[in-house]
Amino acid sequence: MLEVTSLSKTFDGFKAVNDANLAVGKGEIVAVIGPNGAGKTTLFNLITGIIKPDSGRVLFKNEDITGLPPHEVCRKRISRSFQIVNVFQRLTVFENVQISVLSREKMTWNLFTPSASLAIKETDEILESVGLLKKKNRTTALLSHGDRKVLEIAMALGGNPEFLILDEPTAGMAAEETSRCIDLIKKLSQTMGLTILFCEHDMEIVFGIANRIMVMVRGGTVIQGSCEEVRCNEAVQDAYLGGSDVCLM
Amino acid sequence: MSRQTILGLGAGIIVLLLFPVFLPRFYVYLVSIILLYGLLATSLNLVLGYGGIFQFHHAVFYGVGAYGTTLMLTKTGLPPMLAFIVGPLASAAFGLVIGIICIRLSKLYFGMLQISLGSLVWAIVYRWYSFTGGDDGIHGIPIPEMLSSPKSAYYYTLIITLASLFVMWKIIRSPFGSALQGIRDNPVRSEMIGINVRMHQLLALVLAGFFAGVAGSLFVVVDNTVFPDMLFWTLSLEILIMCLLGGWFTFLGPMLGAAVIVALRTFVSAYTDYWALVLGIIMMLVILFLPNGILGYVEEKFKRGFMEPEIEGQ
Ligand SMILES: Nc1ncnc2c1ncn2[C@@H]1O[C@H](COP(=O)(O)OP(=O)(O)OP(=O)(O)O)[C@@H](O)[C@H]1O
Ligand SMILES: [Mg+2]
Repeated sequence: MLEVTSLSKTFDGFKAVNDANLAVGKGEIVAVIGPNGAGKTTLFNLITGIIKPDSGRVLFKNEDITGLPPHEVCRKRISRSFQIVNVFQRLTVFENVQISVLSREKMTWNLFTPSASLAIKETDEILESVGLLKKKNRTTALLSHGDRKVLEIAMALGGNPEFLILDEPTAGMAAEETSRCIDLIKKLSQTMGLTILFCEHDMEIVFGIANRIMVMVRGGTVIQGSCEEVRCNEAVQDAYLGGSDVCLM
Repeated sequence: MSRQTILGLGAGIIVLLLFPVFLPRFYVYLVSIILLYGLLATSLNLVLGYGGIFQFHHAVFYGVGAYGTTLMLTKTGLPPMLAFIVGPLASAAFGLVIGIICIRLSKLYFGMLQISLGSLVWAIVYRWYSFTGGDDGIHGIPIPEMLSSPKSAYYYTLIITLASLFVMWKIIRSPFGSALQGIRDNPVRSEMIGINVRMHQLLALVLAGFFAGVAGSLFVVVDNTVFPDMLFWTLSLEILIMCLLGGWFTFLGPMLGAAVIVALRTFVSAYTDYWALVLGIIMMLVILFLPNGILGYVEEKFKRGFMEPEIEGQ
């Protein structure tokens, strides 16, 4: 479904992403792992058009989407959440998700119908599915960190995506929030049939939900394979464990 | 809208309608000026408070609207009422041009480039004696009969201002308005949920330009003059302060700010020539003590009375 070939991006001479390769099949859950600063977020930014790559290609459903601006990438039904919470601070939880739904339905050029009467049902359904319905009238700035991370996902769902990119969805969450979030991701994959690409530092989560894993070190792809392949790969152990020969986990 | 708000607004409008009956002529003029400045500040706030765009030279659009209207009235034989549509449309078109040039730049640079371009327009108006009347401006503009008395000018201003505010209110409440506020809070996120940020900002700039132009055309009706200072950057600063003082995250804040500033200016100018100094001090006090403006402050207090904001533990 998504195919990334030799994607590269240099910031002032620093190769943040350097020959990254990635393939995600329909319905899969693929994890990207790698140490801090490996270039995971930058890779996601390149795929979603927030940053333009220097070279390489991004194919989505066999269509070249390399370098498309984010709002057009979104129209291809690719949505994402951000590592650092990135929501509309002054608006309510409901409005945050509603804008996303309105945008997908191309209604944001409508100047005269009150927003308050539009997309209510669908927005409520999304909030219900992620468990934020009770807090829908809160101003986002007053939410807990964990709830804001979930709101991130809810906003991404507003675009009715086929392909969902999650950048460290559970980072900074309490244990209980984390397990709820994992259940949510599983549900999105199983019942809604979403294809999911995510990155995460917690290996337990990664091996718990991913079908396949891509390992990134210093901007490049070290290996992409099944959990077992990755777990005992030498290069991965070099990168992660400084060369010790224990299998990860 | 709650019932109290509707009652309050209704009462306010009735008082405004009755003003000319019991107020002396000078005050009727003053309230007209407050109304049109309030409209001007509200149009700025559409892009500033709701759009998060640093529109630093909004007065240019006001001036273009006023000059557009005036030049139509004085230089063409077209039906006079047409001038009151053409002026604002000229401002809107000008908003589009300035927008296209500046929109690629990020916040502060947008504002800086806009100030430069606006000053250029001011210089042209200031110098082009044969067309704009140069630094003298144009006086004794022939206004259509039915609008020429102070009272009818007042009612015209009131009706057009209220209608414009109503339309802007609708816009802010529309999906476009929601998108605009989303863009203000977070442009990157807005792009990522499929909103074409630049195009939405551009439309907002055009709309703001249009309503600034409406305010400009109202000034022509109320004062029968235009002069280059209408598009000088100091006026832009004044409008900006109206928004900040009144509350730039509230809808009626800019109108309130306009009332305070215009009233102050009128009375302060009677005693001292240092209006700019007073303005500077007001600006400083607002930034230090009322960062959300008067109405923002009231709203905050009011909301607190009903519910403490619930902040959950991390
Ligand atoms: N816009 C930018 N300009 C300059 N350098 C950047 C930019 N974005 C990222 N980098 C650099 O690129 C490298 C990769 O960053 P990136 O955020 O992609 O890593 P990451 O794998 O997501 O790390 P983490 O696990 O900490 O989130 C970092 O060294 C970072 O400093
Ligand atoms: Mg990252």
